[in-house]
Amino acid sequence: MKILVAVKRVVDYNIKVYVKPDGSNVDIEGLKMSMNPFDENAVEESLRLKEKGIAREVVAVSLGNTLNQDVLRHALAMGADRAILVETDAELQPLAVAKLLKAVVERENPDLILLGKQAIDSDAGQAGQMLAALLNCGQGTYVSTINIENDEVIVTREVDGGTETLAISLPAVLTTDLRLNEPRFVKLPNLMMARKKQIETIAATDLGVVAEPRFNVLNVSAPPTRKSGIRVNSVQELLQKLSDLEGITL
Amino acid sequence: MNKLLKVLVLAEHDGAQLNTSVYQSVSAAQTWGAPVDLLIIGKATNAVAKQASSLAGLQRVLRVDAAHLEHLLAEDAANIIVRIANEYQAILAANSSFSRNILPRVAAMLDVAMITDVLQINGSNTYTRSIYAGNVISTVQSLDVTQILTVHASNFAITKQGADAEIVELEAPAISSKSRWLSQQQSQSHRPALSSAKVVVSGGRSLGSAEKFEQLLSPLANRLGAALGATRAAVDAGYAPNDIQVGQTGVVVAPDLYIAIGVSGAIQHTYGMKDSKIVVAINHDPNASIFQVADYGLVADLFEAVPELIASITPAH
Repeated sequence: MKILVAVKRVVDYNIKVYVKPDGSNVDIEGLKMSMNPFDENAVEESLRLKEKGIAREVVAVSLGNTLNQDVLRHALAMGADRAILVETDAELQPLAVAKLLKAVVERENPDLILLGKQAIDSDAGQAGQMLAALLNCGQGTYVSTINIENDEVIVTREVDGGTETLAISLPAVLTTDLRLNEPRFVKLPNLMMARKKQIETIAATDLGVVAEPRFNVLNVSAPPTRKSGIRVNSVQELLQKLSDLEGITL
Repeated sequence: MNKLLKVLVLAEHDGAQLNTSVYQSVSAAQTWGAPVDLLIIGKATNAVAKQASSLAGLQRVLRVDAAHLEHLLAEDAANIIVRIANEYQAILAANSSFSRNILPRVAAMLDVAMITDVLQINGSNTYTRSIYAGNVISTVQSLDVTQILTVHASNFAITKQGADAEIVELEAPAISSKSRWLSQQQSQSHRPALSSAKVVVSGGRSLGSAEKFEQLLSPLANRLGAALGATRAAVDAGYAPNDIQVGQTGVVVAPDLYIAIGVSGAIQHTYGMKDSKIVVAINHDPNASIFQVADYGLVADLFEAVPELIASITPAH
């Protein structure tokens, strides 16, 4: 079995972003960038399937400019066999991501395609489902367990109010939940080794995909802040204030 | 505001009842002033369709009923929607794991974009939504002919009832057979549903263990008739089950009262609760960022303050 795992380069989970003064976009210049956390779960699970002898090859793919090589090197350092960069300077929206990934899937013919369930920058959560639609294959979103049985993948999905178990025919697209696993730490020698590995680069224009934006961002702004509250010194004062100021009697 | 031709709302239900968020998504759909149809997919959906027909402002309730739709799969749901999509200029649903599983698939099949978790509809094709876990608000204008979106239900009013819309039965397309439903595990709880509870009691990692989480928060939630929530840190530490996680990647809540116990206030968590009417935070750390979003903050030892709070509350039942 061959696994294709898609990874996105995003502003690190721990960094708070701010809006540019002219409201045109988010100011991410100079911020620490990392692999999208959910994608890291996807890479980890691919590697575990390989270590169990189920997967033969794990191929990581990222879309974007040359800076994206760092998340691909991270995937290689974690243990991915190969890495592909689909190079473009365009700002890619989910549908364009799905179309480019479809083109990569057609070149690589993987049995299983893994993506994070959402990227923590755009918070759209669409690329995996869109890719499954374009490939006309089954999908499993928000998965927290993955097991291969014959020509099906059995997944547990984290849904509102509980979990659901599905059997999906291969090839299938899965999107991963944080609950799926704890990604491994990358050891320094592995990172050094990953630096020497070749990253295959394909120009997005060579894939014959029209990746034009389908929506324009008119402006971005800081969210309205909640009015600053008050400190109380005791449980009794809290109850008193809730009763006096809010009319709430607990 | 430009008038759209027609709007379709996808309903989430449990086979017996409509999800509360359907009432809010229908009122979101009415923003455009165009006729609104509600789509109900499932097995034995008679009662649900009847309930839906009473929602004010609906032109039709469309019912697609078949045995294989009992546990709805994204592939089947998308095929059903795509088959009727050309009648509609906008297709929407309340944002949830249900709608986010289905609508992106529909959008790709129609070769259009989707806008996730819309906070506000500003015109025929312009939307406000949040990015970066709610740290940034983005206004986007769709360039597509068909608008597909999920809406942030708590930002929209609950539509009135008392109407009597026509119920129309549609035939189900052939089963897609790309995946099979095997089983589900619903978390059993005597408490109100987290996403629609009036009061939510939420716990963070400071509680220290699953036992303490239960010991401290359960009686408080019981006294208040509240739903229980947790931060991702508490869930990851195994103090609480995953399905009660409040935040960017969990459930988004907007109760009348949100009580955060030992919650640090990471942005990923506050994303899921900052629309609460009143926020009370109790934390031992005076610098915890939860105090920046709390209306009432108490710096105290949780293990003293919470029992005192419980003892001071008149029981709900």
